[in-house]
Amino acid sequence: MSELHHIGLTALAAGLRERRYSSVELVQAFLKRIEASQGALNAFISVTREAALAEAAAADRILASGTGGALTGVPIAHKDLFCTRGVRTTCGSRMLENFVSPYDATVVAKLRQAGAVMLGKTNMDEFAMGSSNETSYFGPVRNPWDVGLVPGGSSGGSAAAVAARLVPGATATDTGGSIRQPAALCGITGLKPTYGRVSRYGMVAFASSLDQGGTLTASAADAALMLRAMAGFDPHDSTSVEREVPDYVAQLEQPLAGLKVGLLKEFFDTGLDPQNERCVREALEVFEGLGARLIEVSLPNLPLSVPVYYVVAPAECSSNLARYDGVRFGHRCEKPRDLQDLYRRSRGEGFGAEVKRRIMTGTYVLSAGYYDAYYLKAQRVRQLISADFTRAFAQVDVLMGPTTPTAAFALGAKTSDPITMYLNDIYTIGANLAGLPAASVPCGFAGKLPVGLQIVGPHFSEARVLAAAHGLQRATDWHTRIPAGYA
Amino acid sequence: MALTREQIESIAALARLELTGAELPVYQQSLSSILEFVGALERADTASVTPMAHPLPGLSQRLRPDEVTEQDHHSEYQQNAPQVTAGLYLVPKVIE
Repeated sequence: MSELHHIGLTALAAGLRERRYSSVELVQAFLKRIEASQGALNAFISVTREAALAEAAAADRILASGTGGALTGVPIAHKDLFCTRGVRTTCGSRMLENFVSPYDATVVAKLRQAGAVMLGKTNMDEFAMGSSNETSYFGPVRNPWDVGLVPGGSSGGSAAAVAARLVPGATATDTGGSIRQPAALCGITGLKPTYGRVSRYGMVAFASSLDQGGTLTASAADAALMLRAMAGFDPHDSTSVEREVPDYVAQLEQPLAGLKVGLLKEFFDTGLDPQNERCVREALEVFEGLGARLIEVSLPNLPLSVPVYYVVAPAECSSNLARYDGVRFGHRCEKPRDLQDLYRRSRGEGFGAEVKRRIMTGTYVLSAGYYDAYYLKAQRVRQLISADFTRAFAQVDVLMGPTTPTAAFALGAKTSDPITMYLNDIYTIGANLAGLPAASVPCGFAGKLPVGLQIVGPHFSEARVLAAAHGLQRATDWHTRIPAGYA
Repeated sequence: MALTREQIESIAALARLELTGAELPVYQQSLSSILEFVGALERADTASVTPMAHPLPGLSQRLRPDEVTEQDHHSEYQQNAPQVTAGLYLVPKVIE
């Protein structure tokens, strides 16, 4: 029984249905790992032990009656920006330190309906703004491969938890790389679906035209199983797309012979660490061995994706975060003198430094006299980037390249200069700007640290992206590596 | 593009953010460098390009019939409010 955490989500779900172990046993085993690692990793903000054990007992009764669903009894964790009824949702912020949502996010409700058992809420960069999980009000998360290093962000808690096998799968969100970048830095599989594929209802909003919920798991097969339960139309989200959800699991084995893989020229330019490049190129050779054809493609406007993002995302954030006013919910300052003082001090105290920086950047680029020069200009360049992707996908089936320029970096190494931190997402932001599905999968090690390969597909091609990732994972074992100390 | 201390104060006022004296120069420096960084956008030729309005090409916001779908949840929602009396949110006096 000591090896339960080595079994991936898909196999655990099958083992539960075959009654090889109970959900209560599984939940107890993973809770023990979560609690034992909390001091070292700080991956969780809330652990819901009692509720999880009660849900597991209920799942065992369903499994005993032989009516279990795809995920019945499987333990998972939610990033702490998915609203959970009755369990606080902090978004990593002092502002929401005591916020208890009166409703469940659609993603939470769907996974519960599929039978998954929530063990807790994972740590994250405050309001998902960060690439290292160092902006969390609840302290940084540490990388299980080396606790002196960051796990990436903003979904750093979910990524560290899955990498250390504290849970077999976790939800996450990706606005500029917040699923893929921590997946790469922690050596796991991360999937950001197409914009509109997964409901944003009950996901605390950061940048509404970019935010998308997805998965962090050990393997692509596990991602397919989780996504199948999470995806689908939701009338509560006006940007949710009315489109059938394919059976991602059934489509995993599609052959890769003849797959046209585009190599993004711009991704192999200066800035990419040679060790990361070596791992990525070796993975590309694996795809060639599986019959894929590599074709170099150029997206000339892609180098402007980070500047576009740092106009559009702060603009949307300044608007979305205007709701935190100290009146209806969230932090309120002591003894306000008047209403303006109430607003200004509640927000000044409730938000951390990076969130305030982005709110102010957004306020500036939307203000009178600057809107055309910054915001509209950025949305025009975004159109050019999106058109670059459309042209590329007329030639190739998927695009591949590195997820990040380097492996995990030291805590504190990039906190003094925001631009240095922002450039971490140089390879991931493009897919958000164009609304495309993209995954990061482990493809080797730079020294002792994992490296991620990014796979980007056309809109709604999650099945193809996952099948490519799965093909790599059948040919290699990088995704099965577990950090020393958590094996 | 360098922002002045007064510009930072005015942005913070627009954003309803109280900044401390120590925070002001930090944001003055970092916002200036962010604006300089995003200034790279000027180089792109966008003369005939329509600004992107939706992340999925050809799609726009879905509309729904104008029907009442929400129930009254105010007492439940107000459990998260800092100060409530008789079902009303309390704020400092606005009109003397």
